[in-house]
Amino acid sequence: MRGKLSFVLMAFALMGLLLAGCGGEDKKEAEAPAKKLILGVAGAHSGDLASYGLPTVNAAKLVAADINAKGGVLGMQVEVVAQDDQCKPEMATNAATKLMSDDVKIVLGHICSGATKAALEIYRDGKIVCMSPSATNPPLTQSGDYPNFFRTIASDDAQAMLEVEFAKKLGLKKLAVIHDKGDYGKGFAVFCKQFLEADSGMEVVLFEGVTPGAVDYSAVVQKIKNSGADGVIYGGYHPEASKIVTTMRKKGVEIPFLSDDGVKDDTFIKVAGEYAEGVYATGPRDISANPLYAVAEEAHKKEFGSDPGAFFFQAYAASQALLNAVEKAGGTDYDKVVEALRTQYVETPLGKIKFDERGDAEGVGFSVYQVKNGQYVELK
Amino acid sequence: MEYFLELFFGGLTRGSIYALIALGYTMVYGIIELINFAHGEIYMIGAFTGLIVAGVLGALGFPGSAILVFAIVAAVIYSAAYGFTIEKIAYRPLRGAARLSPLISAIGMSIFLQNYVMLAQTSDFLPFPSLLPELGFVKHFKGILGSSDFIIIVTTIVVCVALTLFIKYTKMGKAMRATAQNRTMAQLVGVSVDTVISVTFIIGSSLAAVGGVLIASHIGQINYYIGFIAGLKAFTAAVLGGIGSIPGAMLGGLVLGLTEAFATGYVSSDYEDVFAFALLVLILIFRPSGIMGKEKIQKV
Repeated sequence: MRGKLSFVLMAFALMGLLLAGCGGEDKKEAEAPAKKLILGVAGAHSGDLASYGLPTVNAAKLVAADINAKGGVLGMQVEVVAQDDQCKPEMATNAATKLMSDDVKIVLGHICSGATKAALEIYRDGKIVCMSPSATNPPLTQSGDYPNFFRTIASDDAQAMLEVEFAKKLGLKKLAVIHDKGDYGKGFAVFCKQFLEADSGMEVVLFEGVTPGAVDYSAVVQKIKNSGADGVIYGGYHPEASKIVTTMRKKGVEIPFLSDDGVKDDTFIKVAGEYAEGVYATGPRDISANPLYAVAEEAHKKEFGSDPGAFFFQAYAASQALLNAVEKAGGTDYDKVVEALRTQYVETPLGKIKFDERGDAEGVGFSVYQVKNGQYVELK
Repeated sequence: MEYFLELFFGGLTRGSIYALIALGYTMVYGIIELINFAHGEIYMIGAFTGLIVAGVLGALGFPGSAILVFAIVAAVIYSAAYGFTIEKIAYRPLRGAARLSPLISAIGMSIFLQNYVMLAQTSDFLPFPSLLPELGFVKHFKGILGSSDFIIIVTTIVVCVALTLFIKYTKMGKAMRATAQNRTMAQLVGVSVDTVISVTFIIGSSLAAVGGVLIASHIGQINYYIGFIAGLKAFTAAVLGGIGSIPGAMLGGLVLGLTEAFATGYVSSDYEDVFAFALLVLILIFRPSGIMGKEKIQKV
């Protein structure tokens, strides 16, 4: 009997403690009426694809520093909180949950489409606005599933359409379409295939996925050679692209190699070396004539002592757009911020932008680049 | 027919790559029944050492063949030191423990080494210079068989034969076989088991290092993660051929490489791994100890 009583007492005591805990937290929230505005930055900050994610963190820091120096957003100092997802969906959901539990209302990220998609459900349910500088998978905006999602980069089908038009301009008729089976690469390849099949003058002679990280790709290169293709379109990232191009050239397959934004990275040229020469890749339009572009680049050089990396300017623009929207909305209220993103123009290095109903930035797009003398040069 | 030959030699090269790495797995397993998951990382460290040495010597203006020799020698020494140390640190203290403990220790070692190289070097891909010489007579096979393919295939065969002879005819080889059969008995008749195990790790790691330099030079790029997939495939090859058996590792590597090449060539590269692992399952159903593996009588 006594044992039971003390058990009950203890249970009450524990419950009391829990309640006290809750009370304490309530108070803390009420006490801090957001003196600072947290800008969450999620993406690949380590691992294979860190070179795509780290420039975004730098961009967010620079924009935050710039705005803080001018008095902040609505008097709030902007703080950048980074979360690493290594471009892995399972880590992206962790990152998203962490950001949500930190009460972050605006997130810049994620970097890879697969990771972004995984995180978006969490953001949507938590009424968090998410803006990616680099996730180009079309359904992210076109499906209408994620009204909280925006991006400052054009989607893959825009890129694929340009790629196919360009292949046509080169006079290619039989194309081998290869991809890396990932959300990004395969998505791009499937669009290319659709556009190619819609065109009566062109055909797809080979459509295959390769396993990323495989020891070599000689069998698939033999297959390309054997298919009689006069051009290759590759959807995926640079590590596999450089292996495939190197193997092709070593085996004497000299047909044009066209790829996507995942390959338009200086690491590709560094790794593939002489074999990278002449490779075409689509990537965001050259915006270096924009005066704000020079400002952002200068700021990066001054702060970090190096040239900005991939998606830096998209991230810079996205940070500006997000913070501007909070300012125009008069706070972090979800509906108002979304409304502001869709209606209010903001000056960015990408130009003067706002977002359409689906969340795509208006007036950003792609160009075709070619490797010439060890550098990507925009073809006009 | 030409297409078939192209695929065949492509598969042969890939199979030789697997076999060269699989030898290390199979030797260690044969002696101490441990799957050394850090073996793939030794291969990766060998490749990195080769890259660093080649970079330095290249800058000093050494001729190509000298660079290749020095890069391989340096990679072998460095990787062998790693293999030796890993065994001392991570496996020897656990020798009496349950079988699962050294296995976990091996996985931990693998993750540690990957991250160590990532932090000490870079997470980016790095270009690897093509150190392998262009052989004149291979030109006749242009498109079917390249110089580097030829060198890799020949190296693997030579290494495999040499290793078999070493184990069959030398004193150390005899000691190895004795240790593999029964460690306690070997110890009783005066075999220094610790030395035998250390030598096994040193040989296995050296082979992985040779493989690392050759393969990186063939493919032209490396990063800290290459050991993982190569290691996994090589391990599969070792199991396929019968783990513990040296000709088995060679055979398993070739069977795996050829299966992958033909699956890609005649079906689709989407199904490359499906075919490779379906084959593994089939062989293990009908021959549980692999193609060349000996049926083991359970010791009571």
